[in-house]
Amino acid sequence: MHLEINNLHKQFPTRQGAIVALRDINMHVETGEFVCAVGASGSGKSTLLRLVAGLDMPTAGEITVDGEAIVGPGADRGMVFQSYTLYPWMTVQKNVEFGLKLQGIGQRERRESASYFLEVVGLTKFSRALPKELSGGMKQRVAIARALASQPKILLMDEPFGALDVQTKETMQQFMLDLWQRTGISVLMITHDVDEAVFLAQRIYVLTAHPGTIQQEIAVDLPSDRTYLIRRDHAFQGYREAIMDLLRDKSEPAVISH
Amino acid sequence: MATASNPAQTPISKSPSLKPTVFWRIGEDVPRSLSTVLVVLSVVIPFTAWWVIASLGWVEDKFLPSPVQVLQALGTLWNDGFLLNDTIASFLRVAAGFVLAAMISVPLGIAMGAFASLRSLFEPIIGIIRYMPAPAFTPLLIIYLGLEEPPKIALIFLGIVFYNILMIMDAVKFVPKALLETSYTLGGRRRQVLFQVIAPYVLPNIIDTFRINLAAAWNLVVVAELVAAETGLGRRILLAQKFFQTDTIFACLIVLGIIGFIMDLSLKYLLKATCKWAVD
Repeated sequence: MHLEINNLHKQFPTRQGAIVALRDINMHVETGEFVCAVGASGSGKSTLLRLVAGLDMPTAGEITVDGEAIVGPGADRGMVFQSYTLYPWMTVQKNVEFGLKLQGIGQRERRESASYFLEVVGLTKFSRALPKELSGGMKQRVAIARALASQPKILLMDEPFGALDVQTKETMQQFMLDLWQRTGISVLMITHDVDEAVFLAQRIYVLTAHPGTIQQEIAVDLPSDRTYLIRRDHAFQGYREAIMDLLRDKSEPAVISH
Repeated sequence: MATASNPAQTPISKSPSLKPTVFWRIGEDVPRSLSTVLVVLSVVIPFTAWWVIASLGWVEDKFLPSPVQVLQALGTLWNDGFLLNDTIASFLRVAAGFVLAAMISVPLGIAMGAFASLRSLFEPIIGIIRYMPAPAFTPLLIIYLGLEEPPKIALIFLGIVFYNILMIMDAVKFVPKALLETSYTLGGRRRQVLFQVIAPYVLPNIIDTFRINLAAAWNLVVVAELVAAETGLGRRILLAQKFFQTDTIFACLIVLGIIGFIMDLSLKYLLKATCKWAVD
């Protein structure tokens, strides 16, 4: 797998003229990599992920997966949104099966695959539950299992833990890290949480706002079998502070002076 | 927090902004026992009032028949076979008009909700037509369709189809965009998203829409029968008026109410049975 983004440019027309959301974006994700794009609101990071997902089209530049340009959404790029996007009328099992069903895969294969990925995310016991019976963290695990069931080349995550409480969030981050190590899936995650990015990623793209541009690319040289304890590590805090400084410089002033 | 006017002399407890209450809590449930009592009272009070007023003779019984007289009238209607015949006749008209309206409104409502293009094409004209009172179409319908069943069914159809369409359309607009986009990223095609995501998502709303508009259909059938009909509960009421049989009119009204109530409960039950996920 090789995801490449070249000279990406995206602007939205508004009544006051075009707003540039993303400018000169160049990035890449390689097989088995965990890459985070971190940025404040207004940095166009969600737009970036939507473009990779094919839900929106770039104004200029190109995005390729294994050399092929993206022309629309597809199951080769699994997506997990921040909002809970489970189908409320389907059981957990049916939710995970649904992508395969859309792709025309037979019932038996669907069931086996869904059961496997439910086990991967640790929700086998809840296979017959309805989404409304699950906690927020569990819902996101189902969404992850559903995306994985299509065996995508890359998993795209748009602030997947943004709506969770602090404790659940930490559990989910650890879960995500373990999942990544076990499955070897390539991940591109968008987040505004610097801590989360340093904890999870091997490489981080720092995006600054107005317009969204890549301020810096940072390789995170921390052991890959991280636990919450690493947050106390000096190296971890070093990365965290460095990124915070980058974002702070470029963010809007807190007080507007006259 | 103390009151603004005189914090020193006004203890908080003296004037709480929310006084404790069970009956007047906004948006909260009342205890089950209280709710049962209130439900029973809701029927018993008007019924008793009717009974008392009728038996005290405050109103001449030609105008206000007593419950006993109404019950007798109901018995007569039943024995003469009118009750069953008229109810079935009215019911069949409602069913025909309603099913026709559903067959048009479900696909069109979903399509208009999903595609802004179709919305632009149909919404203005439907918005205008729906404000034309359906009963006003009756003369036209009689001219076009005669005096038999078709104009009555057409009236019911016209009276509810446009509301159905707009309500279903609105429900589709509330399907979360992220849910549709998730479906695309799972490899879904537009057609699949329409039939396998949007349609099941709005099914509870469709049933609710039906429930609301069934009441309208049940109103319109009486209107249709008051104009021209051989059978039906509306027709029965009109005949009773000619002979000043207020007890029969009361009997028919009560039957109309009970049937409507049963239909409403049935659709609520259907919602619970088919869309467990959407019920509380």
